[in-house]
Amino acid sequence: MHKLNSNVPTGPLENRWEKHKFDLALIAPQNRKKYNIIVIGTGLAGASLCATLGEAGYNVQSFCYNDSPRRAHSIAAQGGVNASKNYQNDGDSTWRLFYDTIKGGDFRARESNIYRLAQLSCNIIDQAVSQGVPFAREYSGYLANRSFGGTQVSRTFYARGQTGQQLLLGAYSSMSKEIASGRVSHKSRCEMLELIIIEGRARGIVVRDLVTGEISSHLADCVVMCTGGYSNAYYLSTNAKGCNTSATWRAHKNGAYFANPSFTQIHPTCVPPTGDSQSKLTLMSESLRNDGRIWAPKKIEDCDKNPNDIADEDRDYFLERMYPAFANLVPRDIASRALKGICDEGRGVGSVVNNQRLGVYLDFSSVIQKMGSDKVKEKYGNLFDMYQSITGENPYEVPMKIYPAPHYTMGGLWVDYNLMTTIDGLFACGEANFSDHGANRLGASALMQGLADGYFVAPQTVANYLAKGKFEEITHDHPEVVSTLESVKNRIESLMNAPDPKHSPDYFHRKIGSILWTSCGMARDKESLKEAIKSIEQIKTDFWNNIKVTGTDKDFNQTLEKAGRVADFIELGHLMCVDALDREESCGAHARLEYLAESGDAMRDDENFGYVAAWEFNENNPTLHKEDLNFEFIKPTYRDYK
Amino acid sequence: MNFTLHIWRQKNTNSTGEFVTYSVNDIDSDTSFLEMLDQLNEDLIDKGEDCVVFDYDCREGICGTCSLVINGHPHGEKKATTTCQLYMRDYAEQPELWIEPWRAKSFPIVKDLAVKRDAFDRIIQSGGFISTSVGSAPEANSQLVNKDDADCAFDSAICIGCGACVAVCPNASASLFVAAKINHFERLPQGKIESGKRAERMINQMEQEGFGSCSNHRHCETVCPKEISVSNIAAMNKIL
Repeated sequence: MHKLNSNVPTGPLENRWEKHKFDLALIAPQNRKKYNIIVIGTGLAGASLCATLGEAGYNVQSFCYNDSPRRAHSIAAQGGVNASKNYQNDGDSTWRLFYDTIKGGDFRARESNIYRLAQLSCNIIDQAVSQGVPFAREYSGYLANRSFGGTQVSRTFYARGQTGQQLLLGAYSSMSKEIASGRVSHKSRCEMLELIIIEGRARGIVVRDLVTGEISSHLADCVVMCTGGYSNAYYLSTNAKGCNTSATWRAHKNGAYFANPSFTQIHPTCVPPTGDSQSKLTLMSESLRNDGRIWAPKKIEDCDKNPNDIADEDRDYFLERMYPAFANLVPRDIASRALKGICDEGRGVGSVVNNQRLGVYLDFSSVIQKMGSDKVKEKYGNLFDMYQSITGENPYEVPMKIYPAPHYTMGGLWVDYNLMTTIDGLFACGEANFSDHGANRLGASALMQGLADGYFVAPQTVANYLAKGKFEEITHDHPEVVSTLESVKNRIESLMNAPDPKHSPDYFHRKIGSILWTSCGMARDKESLKEAIKSIEQIKTDFWNNIKVTGTDKDFNQTLEKAGRVADFIELGHLMCVDALDREESCGAHARLEYLAESGDAMRDDENFGYVAAWEFNENNPTLHKEDLNFEFIKPTYRDYK
Repeated sequence: MNFTLHIWRQKNTNSTGEFVTYSVNDIDSDTSFLEMLDQLNEDLIDKGEDCVVFDYDCREGICGTCSLVINGHPHGEKKATTTCQLYMRDYAEQPELWIEPWRAKSFPIVKDLAVKRDAFDRIIQSGGFISTSVGSAPEANSQLVNKDDADCAFDSAICIGCGACVAVCPNASASLFVAAKINHFERLPQGKIESGKRAERMINQMEQEGFGSCSNHRHCETVCPKEISVSNIAAMNKIL
């Protein structure tokens, strides 16, 4: 059994990363080309890491499932990236960003990691600007900032509503420069299907070429996973369709612990689902809540009326009623739960999906009256257009409808302060790890973490790992490599030739998604989680008996890709429920109905659950390891948004 | 709604393709174009047939993966929209749809409706970057950027690399794609230093990849889902 050692440095919080960096071993420039590093995924974390390792002189092999590294889902992030530059002179500081992040995460993350993140936030902005990321500017030529996600300072840097796109293209351009230099080699349309472990250390991966179907092994001295989150376990989410857990789940099955799998963020302002054919949900920027008022009809019989015909006294502005101080601006988890509650009462509006109307109104009529529609257009025009193109309804005339959707996963592979998993030589960066957001992530901090890991943390800690080890050359006929290749082929064989092929991958994906959404989504309780675990075990059996994949495994087969990913989502879904059942408290996005105050606030239990739950794989009976969270510098308090 | 679909099926790059006709029924007007194809593929799985391969990922118009020519129009007829942002309500009057991949020598068909766009990646590798390394960046506000320049740089930088500009161009030129990247960096002081060399390298690479030249048809601007202006091409020509 692996002993959990977070390797967090000691001493004053402000000096820990500096001190740690000094203690890390280095590799001299002329020796770096002798080392081979595999990086999987080309989102913000992966692309920035490839660029940085390439610049330093290492040999890097990069892989992604998309047809180009520029398409990773980081590209869809809208809002912005936080940094504690304090350009606005409004009292921001490294300490304040650190404090906000740890409190926002409801005190379920490590102090040392988050402090480092806050420190590195400023370097990220410098780096991005030097790459030509066109951030918003003032007329003076200085960088502009805005306040985002309910913070009291303006620390968010942005490029209109496309900050993720611009940061990713920045990292992609630097990575492209390194591909041209020959230090980084990249393969698109390749999916990692297995990890190769030799003598306890990660030494390579097995990938499938998605176009030719060819299975091949790739060897290196260490492996870094930058493969994103697993919101698609819910089937419908704001993630890109291809986002999956396969790389992280393969790592987990090979011995990497999975931390806090049940910590998943459900974003309140998304376009509601409309029918059974729906394939994904679209996020509408959270900024809409600054001016829109959220309401639902008071009477169930009004739910199918034209909203403009419902009198003001018959409308329930429920967030304003329940949370008078923060009203429509309460944090994401609280808003999402309140919305769900209203729809569960039968007061939802919009299309009927599974016998329920899933939606509430987000109404701009009063602000249009006050500011005039031109001003509103200036501020929200692109979002209103996007809404109209998806729904066919004009939000200037009819209130928008919104409903929460899975958006981000705080849980992920357990990593120590060096971002190394419990498998030696296997690192995880960005959303793929669990490290920085605790039980709830604040707005504009996902981009920050992905880039901090890729540009600044992992390049140092990976070098340290390489410097301290000895790496004998491994050939592709090594028995471990051969047997890993064999296991991948067998698995594909089973997916192609189920005993009684009946149902498509999407059929099973919808099933697991609906169970997780109902039992392990915005509200969880003991009975329904126990029920869910049983149902998932059944789905797993049915899946392997009845999965139907047409076509062949020897060419481009998207059905086969989906099938492999769904198989992993089913197993991960099981672990999500096990984790949610075990954590008998509410914290951040994890809301156990038994542990909610009457007001709907989470009732945290620091004494019994002040730990990171790191799960070791064990078929249907995962083993829990606890990493206790010690708060040396901040005293945990209760979040109160009344 | 019911539709008759004529879909380009082609086993791989080297085989010849053909249109195959399918019908899909009971499509809801709120269903997106790609969800309609999902539904077709579910039917094909039911029948035991190989699914139609088409590229998609984010399904919110930003990743640039989706790429269909619908009734002769890259990304459909609707302006400023990617394929994934089309909804079947827009096709209520067109019960018969011809669906093809991007057609350009430099974008070989991989299978059915999916093409290979690595040529775009190689163009970026040839010079579509600022030669800065991590760690050497100065404090971000030490170099001021005129707001108008920053805004113009942004307008060029929003290219999603989908390739519709190439697909629509009679010369299969990648000029709009290349010019947008060159102009993005040219507008910023930190990018301007390398402008000349960058433009030369990227344009050379474009030619090597087999893309044609621009002869001012301006169709690219019309189909661009991000409405990138052809004035970028004029600006590029000035740098040379």
